[in-house]
Parts: sequence; C-alpha cells; structure tokens
Amino acid sequence: MAAYQPLQPWSWLVVPTLVCLFGTVIVAAPARFLGLALPEPVFPMVLAFAWAVIRPSILGPFLLLVTGLFLDLFWHGVMGLWALSLILVYGVALLVRNLMVGQSVRVLWVWYGVFTTVAFIVAYLIVVARVHATPNLINTAWQATVTILLFPFARRLIEQFEDADIRFR
Amino acid sequence: MAWAATVATLAAGVAALFLMIEDHHSNTRGADAPPTPVRNQFDESVGPVSALFAAPLRWAGDAGDYVRDYFNAVDENRRLKKQVAELQTYKEMAQRLQNINGRYEALLQLRTEPEAKMVTARVVADARGPFSHARLADAGSDAGIRIGNPVLSEHGVVGRVVGVSKTVSRVLLLTDVDSRTPVLVNASNARAILAGDGGDAPKLAYLRGHDPVKRGDVILTSGDGGLYPRGLPVGVADKDIFGQWRVRLYSDRSALDYVRIMLFTDFSQLVDEAALNNRSPPPISAAEKAQIDQAVAARIATPRPGSPEAAAADKAAADAGAAARPAPAPAVQKPAAPAPTSAAATHGPKVLHPSRTSPGHPVAVVPGPR
Repeated sequence: MAAYQPLQPWSWLVVPTLVCLFGTVIVAAPARFLGLALPEPVFPMVLAFAWAVIRPSILGPFLLLVTGLFLDLFWHGVMGLWALSLILVYGVALLVRNLMVGQSVRVLWVWYGVFTTVAFIVAYLIVVARVHATPNLINTAWQATVTILLFPFARRLIEQFEDADIRFR
Repeated sequence: MAWAATVATLAAGVAALFLMIEDHHSNTRGADAPPTPVRNQFDESVGPVSALFAAPLRWAGDAGDYVRDYFNAVDENRRLKKQVAELQTYKEMAQRLQNINGRYEALLQLRTEPEAKMVTARVVADARGPFSHARLADAGSDAGIRIGNPVLSEHGVVGRVVGVSKTVSRVLLLTDVDSRTPVLVNASNARAILAGDGGDAPKLAYLRGHDPVKRGDVILTSGDGGLYPRGLPVGVADKDIFGQWRVRLYSDRSALDYVRIMLFTDFSQLVDEAALNNRSPPPISAAEKAQIDQAVAARIATPRPGSPEAAAADKAAADAGAAARPAPAPAVQKPAAPAPTSAAATHGPKVLHPSRTSPGHPVAVVPGPR
C-alpha cells in the first residue's frame, strides 16, 4: 500500500512553466485597448512562490533559472536579473516554508506580496548598480502590483498539488 | 530532500549571478553594445512565435478601433476638417521655406545629409517593464538593417536598433533605462541628453544655460555624435511634479504596431577602425627614399649639441677665433656717473616711504615705468 503518490515533474513543474511563458509572450503583444497598453506582470513569480510552498524540489530552482533567463532575453533585460530574483524568492520561501504551510489564503497572499516586493527591490537595486540611473518608481510599483494580483494562480497551483506528497504536508 | 533542494537553489543562484556579472562585463544590452549571438539567435527564434501569438490580440485591438472609429466618425470628421484648414497655411509656408533653403544650400555649397532609405517593419513583441523597454520588429539584416539604425513611428523617433539577425531586429526605445539620446530644444537650440528611466516620459539631462527650455518646446534630435540625423521630431518638453524636465514623446501617441527603420549610416559605422588603427606608414617612392637617406646621413654626421664631439669642435673654433682677434686696448677709467636728473628720478626705481611698509620689513623697491 503506497502511503503517498509521488508528484510527476511534468505536471507541477513543466506544464505551469510553459503556461507562464505562454502568458508572458501573449501580454507582450504590441496592442492597446481603449488607448491603454496591457500590463506586464512577472508570471513566473507564481511558480517561485507556489513551488516552494508545495514541496522542496531539486528541479525547481533550475527551471526558475531557465525561466528567468527566458524573461531576460525576451524583454532584453540584464542577463540573470529575473533569474536571480526568482531564485531568491524561491530560496527565501523555502526557508520559511514551515511558517506558511497550512495558513489561510489571506496570509499566503501577504507572504506572496512580501516576496514579490523583495524580488522587485532586488531587481531595482541591480539595475541601479548596473546603469547608474534610477528606474521609474511608479512603473516599478505598477509592475509589482500586477504581479501581486496574480496570487490566485499561485493559490490554485498550491491547492492542486500541496496534498500530493504527504511527506511535506 | 530539503538539503538537496537548498543546494540546488544555491547552485542555480550562483549560476544566475555568474551570468549577470559576465553580462555586465561584456555589456550586451546597451545602445552601443556589440552584437551577441545568444541574444540575436534568441530573437530570431522567438520573433515568429511572438508574431503568431500577437496576431489575435492585434485583430481584437483593430476590431475595437474599427467600432470606436465608426461611432466617432462625425466628430472625427469635423476635427480633421478644422485641422486640414490650419495645416494648409503651414504647408504653403513649408514649401516656401524649402525653396529658399534649397537655394541657400546651393549658394553656400553645403554638404547636406543624403536621403536615407526607410524599411517598414511590424512590431511583434513589446517589453514595457520598468527595467527594459525594447521591441522586436520583423525585419532584419536581410532588409539592410544594421545596428545603430534609428527607428521612427509615424509621429516621431522611437529608438535605435541594438540587435539584428536575419529576419528580426531588436529596438531599444528612448524610454529604456539604458537609452541616452543627444537632443536639442528647437526654440533655443540648447543641447541636452534624453535619458530614459523606464517611464513613459524620459528625462532631459545635462541642460545648460539659463532657462534653456520652456513647457511645450519641441525637442528634436541634435545629430551630435552622429547617432541620429539632426532634426528628427522627438516630443514636447514638460515638467513633472518634482520640477524635472521631461519629454512627452510623439511616438507614445498610439500603439507601435508598425515602425520605420531608417537605414542611416552614422559616423561610427562609416569609420573603418582597421584603417584608423593601421600603424604602417604609407608607401614611398624611390626619390623620396633617397631624400630621406640623405637627410639621415647628414643628421648622423652632424654632432649633437652637448656631445663630446660637439664640445671638441666648439673648443677648436674658439681657439681659432682667439688667435685671429687683435690685442685688446688699454683700460681707460670711466668718468663718475652724473647725478640723476629730475627725469631720471621720475623714471628711475621708486622707493616707497618707510611708513607705507610694515615696520619689520625692509623698504620695498618697485621698478618705475620704462
């Protein structure tokens, strides 16, 4: 009798990654609706948070590295900027995982907001150090906000897989 | 399991950090960055995919515009009629000035910039985040596009090409944090640098002079440095709430779905660096070579001043001169110097009165006028 059913990497790692990359490419369309451009959230932030809450993984950080490099190349950003920020979120979330598991949705949303803010602060400081100029704070806050609003996707991913491996419940 | 995940996280983080440092050293994303195969190959691969995914959104946006235009047609028509009537005056004035300008250029024999060809391209991807403002256009080196080419929309300057592959080009927008563009204020001819910060309105930095810009002044490219041709429309000057001068870009008036890439060749592209760095002298003719050899031989034969040979030659010449000179006449005592006249006293050295000097210092003597 199997006490638990191991998670399949493709179902909780690969497929969500592809969905996030797909979403990133879609919102990069140069279209405007009612004169407004589409927001540009950092979709993989959902993965960095949810994967750490679901269970520790060896493959996860490397997938985040690849996803972050994709963002850097796709957005023509500093190479490694989002890769490092995502891995940082994953690492810190993994450290405080015991505090988050079993908490209510609102508490998890707060945690997600804190991690996202930290990631944006780190990215901001890296860009400041690199180009010796301060990126626009309003635009940075806007992108962070729309990224925080993606929490329902993280919650869905967590609910779908958090009970799949009872060793880490 | 947890420790293995921690080790994997650390390894991935170190890899990301290494890539960032490497990227910083090689500077692969700036406006003057060298082309990198990784970024170009990525753009080449992702360009068609982006175009495919962007198409439905583009259609939806076009449909929305169609419906909006349908309902706003009457108002739009009235507004455009009024605008056409206003622009008619400017058109006549522009034709007149163009004619005069052409005659002046002919009279002065000015070397004007040649007409640059344009390539129209469709934007297939658009990065709008705070840390990067760049776009991917679906025309590349096959269409003659090169790194550094200016990019324009129907309203004004958009940015520059910073990466190009066969079928796509990467455009760094004026609003990107790495973008620096030399501009001028049309009204005062004052120069400035347009510095992007990831926002919609880039900053006007390094403005000089007293009150060089006013709200509403038109900003053009200055052409300094040869990056852009002079006089391309950029936007309108405005002040933000912190008192910082910014530019509201003309290109921000509508979505950048199509752009025109100017096949403008700037100075840095024209210069043949290999030729500039070539240190071998130009070829010389046989007659020139003989002249040079002769000059070198004469130079070698002449002793250098200060050398033992030169000292010996000088001594010999001095001895020969002394032998040839007649004997000196007997010495005659000079008469006493006459007393200074009033004029000599006036023009001679002036002695300051002791009371005008400090007590512990000697009397100062200053030369009189010559």
